[in-house]
Amino acid sequence: MNRLLENKVCLITGAGRGIGRAIAERFASDGAVVYVNDLASGDMDSWAADCASRNGTRVVPVCFDVTDSSALKVGLMSVYKSEGRIDCVVNNAAIISNKKLGMIVKSDMERMFSVNVLAVIDMIQTASRLMVRGGGGCFVNIASITGVVGSPGQVAYSATKGAVISITKSAAKELAPQHIRVNAVAPGIVRTERFDELYLSDGGKIDSRIEKIALGRLGTPEDVADACSFLASDRASYISGQILGVDGCATI
Amino acid sequence: MSNLEKYNGVFRDVFMVEDAVLNDAFDNKSVDGWDSVKQLALTTALEDTFDIMLDAEDILELTSYIKGKEILRKYEVEL
Repeated sequence: MNRLLENKVCLITGAGRGIGRAIAERFASDGAVVYVNDLASGDMDSWAADCASRNGTRVVPVCFDVTDSSALKVGLMSVYKSEGRIDCVVNNAAIISNKKLGMIVKSDMERMFSVNVLAVIDMIQTASRLMVRGGGGCFVNIASITGVVGSPGQVAYSATKGAVISITKSAAKELAPQHIRVNAVAPGIVRTERFDELYLSDGGKIDSRIEKIALGRLGTPEDVADACSFLASDRASYISGQILGVDGCATI
Repeated sequence: MSNLEKYNGVFRDVFMVEDAVLNDAFDNKSVDGWDSVKQLALTTALEDTFDIMLDAEDILELTSYIKGKEILRKYEVEL
C-alpha cells in the first residue's frame, strides 16, 4: 500500500531542529522525497542519511538562508532540476523573540519580519512558479495560535504569525486557478528544545498556560508534523486557505 | 531549433500571432489582450523553454518583444 506522501517532492525550511526536523521525519516516513533546508548543514548530512535509510526514501540537505532571494531561487532550482517538479513546500523557518512592548528592539523586529514574513512570501512567489510547471502543488505554512488570539509578550512575534495567516488566505485564493493549495497550521504550546529553555526561566507562568489546554497536555513537534503531512497529502486535495489549529483545544 | 526560433515560438503560442508581427512595435501597449494573465503565461513559457527563473523585477520589465530579448541576455540566453 502506498504511503501518504509516496514519492512527493517536498521542501521543508528550518529543518535543522525542533518542529522542522519532526516534519521532515514524518514526511520521510510517509514516503516523500524530502529536501531539508536550514542555514548551515550542522549535523544535517548524517541525520539526513540516517533518516533516509530508516524510511526507505531520499532525504537531501539543501542549505540556504531563506531571506536571501538569490540563494532561495538557486536552492529551489536545484531541487526542481534534480526532481523535475516540486510538490510541496513547508514554510517552517522562523525566529522568535518574546519581548514586552517596551522592550522590543527595532532591529530584532525587522529580522523577525524578514524571516517569518517576507521570506515566506518570497518562497511562495518563487516556488509557485515551479509548481505551475508541474501542474500544481501545495504550501503548508507554520503560523501560531498567537497569530490568531494574541499573547502578552509576543506583540512582534504574533504580528509576524498573523501575517502568515493573511498570506495563507490570500495566496490560496490567488494560486487556486493554478491548482496550488495553500494552508497553514497554527501550533499552540509545543514541547521543543526551546520550550525546555523557556520552562527553566519561567516555569510557573507556563504551568498556568498548560492548565488552559483542554486536552490536558503540551503539543509535541510530531503533533504539528502529522497535521502538515495531512495538509500536504492528496487527502487534503479540496482544502485550501485554511488555518488548522494544533493546540489541544487551548485558550492561551 | 535556434534560441531565436524558440523565443518566437513562445510569443506565437502565448499571443496566437504569426512571426511577421514580432518586431520592435510588439509591446504591451499595442497588443490587444497583453494583460497580467498573458504576462505570467509569457513568463512561464520563457522560463520553461530556456530553463531559467526570472527575477520579479525582470517579469515587470517584460513589456515587449524587444525587452524580452534584453532580459534573456541577462540569463545568458543568446538570441
